[in-house]
Amino acid sequence: MANVFTNIGDWVGDRAPGLAPFYRKHMTEYYAPKNFNLWYYFGVLAIVVLVNQILTGIFLTMNYNPSAAGAFDSVQYIMRDVEWGWLIRYMHSTGASLFFVVVFLHMFRGLMYGSYKKPREMVWLLGMLIFLVLMAEAFMGYVLPWGNMSFWGAKVIISLFGTIPVIGSTLVEWIMGDFLPADATLNRFFALHVIALPIVLLLLVVLHIFALHEVGSNNPDGVDIKHGPKGNRWDATKPADGVPFHPYYTVHDLVGIGFLLLIAAFIIFFAPTFGGWFLEHDNSIMANNLVTPAEIKPVWYFTPFYAIVRMIPSFFGTAVWGVLAMFGAIAVLFFLPWFDRGQVRSIRYRGTGYKVALGLFVVAFLGLGAVGTGITAEVIPEWFGNVDLTTWENLFGRVMTFIYFGFFPFLWAYTHFGWEKTKPVPERVTGHD
Amino acid sequence: MANEVVDHGRRRFLTAATAVVGGVGVVSVAVPFIKSWEPSARAKAAGAPVTQSLAKIESGQQLIVGWRSLPVFIVNRTKDQLATLPTQDSRLVDPKSDGSSAQQQPKYAQNESRSIKPEWLVMIGICTHLGCVPGYVGEMKPEPFDPNWKGGYYCPCHHSRYDMAGRVYQGVPAPKNMQIPPYHFIDDTTIQIGVDPKGAA
Repeated sequence: MANVFTNIGDWVGDRAPGLAPFYRKHMTEYYAPKNFNLWYYFGVLAIVVLVNQILTGIFLTMNYNPSAAGAFDSVQYIMRDVEWGWLIRYMHSTGASLFFVVVFLHMFRGLMYGSYKKPREMVWLLGMLIFLVLMAEAFMGYVLPWGNMSFWGAKVIISLFGTIPVIGSTLVEWIMGDFLPADATLNRFFALHVIALPIVLLLLVVLHIFALHEVGSNNPDGVDIKHGPKGNRWDATKPADGVPFHPYYTVHDLVGIGFLLLIAAFIIFFAPTFGGWFLEHDNSIMANNLVTPAEIKPVWYFTPFYAIVRMIPSFFGTAVWGVLAMFGAIAVLFFLPWFDRGQVRSIRYRGTGYKVALGLFVVAFLGLGAVGTGITAEVIPEWFGNVDLTTWENLFGRVMTFIYFGFFPFLWAYTHFGWEKTKPVPERVTGHD
Repeated sequence: MANEVVDHGRRRFLTAATAVVGGVGVVSVAVPFIKSWEPSARAKAAGAPVTQSLAKIESGQQLIVGWRSLPVFIVNRTKDQLATLPTQDSRLVDPKSDGSSAQQQPKYAQNESRSIKPEWLVMIGICTHLGCVPGYVGEMKPEPFDPNWKGGYYCPCHHSRYDMAGRVYQGVPAPKNMQIPPYHFIDDTTIQIGVDPKGAA
């Protein structure tokens, strides 16, 4: 029997001689630093969620009807009549939110340990592109159930492009294929959501990983293991502080995947709407172009960016500034490797200024989220009594917006003028021998 | 066939020419794909003008008709409602509709009542803030949201307020007056929404 497998292996190997070296390069002979901590789970978790989205998405398309007349009913059909349809849809909807949870944490990891810095700028740029495509993918998927929030969410988001001077209104009609979100809009979003963007997303993920494997993984110490001492128990020429990705990190990652699945299963079975955060109540009402839901706000993962739109007032008779600021909030992240001129990667050895700035950046991101989700609108009257809500909310939101954007010039000045007092970086990774 | 000497100039020219022709081809092929996203003939047909009789709209009443699937408010304004319009000017963002709201109505409706005939208000009932549909609160009596209410529109979403000509009040999120669609009177009691009067641009 073993002989048969060997023969098949040899047969394939003769005809695809690159296969085994490819596998070794990316799995058994990819040496990752041995000091990964909890934060290094989120990359692989994002892949797990992506696989979940593709798998459940394929099965949802089998019963979903991409038309303004039939979409809403077909989603209810999936939820009620299709065997296990509710589970597949809840896996997909919960997966969407968890995707952003793990991606935000994955990105924060990069900020903490300087993973975006030379020589990993390409990894960061590809990752940012993934983030951008992911947001488009999530928005379009959100429109597909054609509930009233889908409809009005689509209308408001597409209307953002209408603020662009001169071409705005034509552009909005071009995106919608109609004068308001309609059949044409739903159909093209369906095509983009299930075919176009997933292909782009998969390609970018592969490139992201290839780019990473070219330069090697960063680690919590920000030490380049490739430049450290050589020789480990597998290979005398490879980094002493590296371990083969397979089997060491594959097995290690299984533990994290187990935790993710546990949390996901809890949400799917006990709180699939997550109190209106993952699936909004107003979306259980069919799209109605004459009745606006009482409160229009995006799903939680878009709220920090959406809050920026709301916080920037219109100047010179156009509201385009808020929209520019919102896209700018994402665009500025692309340039992070060039804002940060510091040589030390990990927060463990960086100056106090960076730690404070990163902390404030997180506070600003969460604060904007609080504005966008309407938490501040509830909390301000509760804590401060009968005050002018709009004024205080705008003040808070604008301070948070200022801090968010201020992070980048601060980081540049802090590192460019040599104000940062770093600690000595160890030669090898710490915490392991 | 084999040339002893390679003519690099010729080779460069042919490479560049091939690239340019190929580029033109790629751009040309992109056109139909991009154009396919424009509103289709069916969508445009659904956006055709709408004819509406005004005969049965009583004084002070509002009728909502769909045009391009947008709600169009048609109001037969009372004399009292019309009389209050000038009194609100100081509380409005753009009372003359010639500032931030200059594009919110056709030229022939850029007046105090924002209409062709003063009593008939024809307006797209979409809040200029985030596109909700404001409610018609026509009676002139103190309202919880405004003790000096003189009739108008109140948006349930973010509490934007408009007067009886769809002009936005100060201090609300909406930036502009509500939009007046192109329309004209076919005869005294019939309007067509979506078409400008003859002679108007």
